[in-house]
Amino acid sequence: MINLPIFPIVIPALAAVILMFAPKQVRLQRVMALGALLVTFAVSVLLVFTVSQDGILTVNLGNWPAPFGITLVSDMLSALLVTTSTLIVFFIVWFATHYFSDAYESNYVYVAMLFLLVGVNGAFTTGDIFNLFVFFEVFLISSYVLIVLGGKGVQLRESIKYLLVNVIASALFVMAVALLYGVVGTLSLADLAQKIPLVENQNVITVIGVLFVIVFGMKGALVPLHYWLPGSYVVAPTPILAMFGALLTKVGVYSILRTYTLLFDTGSFMQTFLIVLAVLTIVIGMTGAIAYNDVKLIIIYNIMIAVGVILYGIALNTQTSLEGALYYLIHDMLIKAALFMLVGMMIGITGSGQLRDMGGLITRFPLFGWTFFIAALSLAGIPPLSGFFGKLLIVQGGVADGDLFGPLLILLSSLFVLFSVIKIFLYGFWGEERRVYDGPLVPYTNRLIVPTLLLVAVAVAYGFGAEAMHPFITQAIEPLVEPEIYIDAVIKE
Amino acid sequence: MEIFVSIIIGVLTMSAVYMILSKSLLRIIIGTGLLSHAAHLLVLTMGGLKTGAAPVLVDGVTEYTDPLPQALVLTAIVISFGVTAFFLVLAYRAYQELTTDNIEEMKGTESND
Repeated sequence: MINLPIFPIVIPALAAVILMFAPKQVRLQRVMALGALLVTFAVSVLLVFTVSQDGILTVNLGNWPAPFGITLVSDMLSALLVTTSTLIVFFIVWFATHYFSDAYESNYVYVAMLFLLVGVNGAFTTGDIFNLFVFFEVFLISSYVLIVLGGKGVQLRESIKYLLVNVIASALFVMAVALLYGVVGTLSLADLAQKIPLVENQNVITVIGVLFVIVFGMKGALVPLHYWLPGSYVVAPTPILAMFGALLTKVGVYSILRTYTLLFDTGSFMQTFLIVLAVLTIVIGMTGAIAYNDVKLIIIYNIMIAVGVILYGIALNTQTSLEGALYYLIHDMLIKAALFMLVGMMIGITGSGQLRDMGGLITRFPLFGWTFFIAALSLAGIPPLSGFFGKLLIVQGGVADGDLFGPLLILLSSLFVLFSVIKIFLYGFWGEERRVYDGPLVPYTNRLIVPTLLLVAVAVAYGFGAEAMHPFITQAIEPLVEPEIYIDAVIKE
Repeated sequence: MEIFVSIIIGVLTMSAVYMILSKSLLRIIIGTGLLSHAAHLLVLTMGGLKTGAAPVLVDGVTEYTDPLPQALVLTAIVISFGVTAFFLVLAYRAYQELTTDNIEEMKGTESND
């Protein structure tokens, strides 16, 4: 099983290729997409356990030795993220089979979803900077298709903006890779990490590092590169939005984590730069989260808060803060997907995204209401739910680093997060029924709640099982704190 | 030679930024085309523009140009080609649906409700 790291990329790709041939067979599409995702999930769990026993797994594609060929590297970090994203896509596709109409499903929506997972898993697994760009394009092109599918006026309008921003970011990515290649002369991440300290003019490396932060920050919606996020995400249908909110911005965050710890840790300038970006992202996210009464927009701004909190943990770059950032990253992927599904159901039932049109949902849909309540508490980080340990470790890391402003801001942001989601709960579920709920989703609600409830259960279990997760998280952090482990695993002398 | 090409890349990027900031959607797409040209030229330039044979193995030739940037640029070209084709069709559909190509008229938070 030496090729184990390839399977989470190849299995969804193969399934997607096969599904292209039968777009009208909706039942086949559903069964096959879910089956492929289940197999991928099983393989990625196997990958996690193999990595936990044997250490970092590397595959040199085509048997070319490390710096010359493309290497796929599964360390614990990428294995955990691959497992999380596959699990999330599984639940979202399950949700989508009940949510979408048959006509919508027969337009290759599952093919695009599977290819999006291919791109995300590939980006998490690759050990080559240009290959990272290619996998970025794979999931970006899938996301362009998914965001515009349906072809309503608002979708066309917003997808033009989304596309334009990402085309520019991709051009910048190519330019950054070109500059890095011009200075260092290699593309493999491990080889780059080896050779960057030998470069005479370290200022050039800092400039390229900042360029990479700009590129990945555009994908990950860091302030001031976040302007495209609210408008683009709000027009996407619920399952698509859940997928974007859970996966796409997090790939940008992962890329910053990987490049910053491995390549660009060039002293205090980069750290200050990242901390300032993180703090700004948290502040703007907080402002947006309390400003709106549109349920989708509230959760979308919560993405930004989470990205800022994770980035703050990454920027500190200590053992504790990186552990916290990883805990929080996985938690946030799970809970954001669940929250978008829940909020999408609220919109489907009431026929409106505005809180003023909702109310009293809990009398008709008690299970739905309490699921949302648990998800909301989990997002805010109430112990022992899943958001708690990540934030605790990030705050501890910040205090240990002698910074007080950052940890206080993060604690304050939790309050704002709690306020914004409890606002949805109070206005949406408590109170009087504002209208008779006869939205198109009402008959499906019992079936839609099952995948959502399971995803929330996974998030809750992740919180309760934090102790069991701890060895995996620690192992994932090792190559980040000591890049030599990563380099030695890839480049075998 | 590298200095000369770098100036060209700068001019291309400048024109691209100018075009992308304009109001007409078609001009924006032309701008993205110019921007990807600039990026591709930059890849070739940063690989070095030393003289040498084309990277095809021939007996008796010892000096070749760097083949890696050429492979990178080929990949980047097809990707940007695919995205541009998608973008053009998207612009066409948006023109049919929204009956405007003016990006200023594509605002709207009021209909997002």
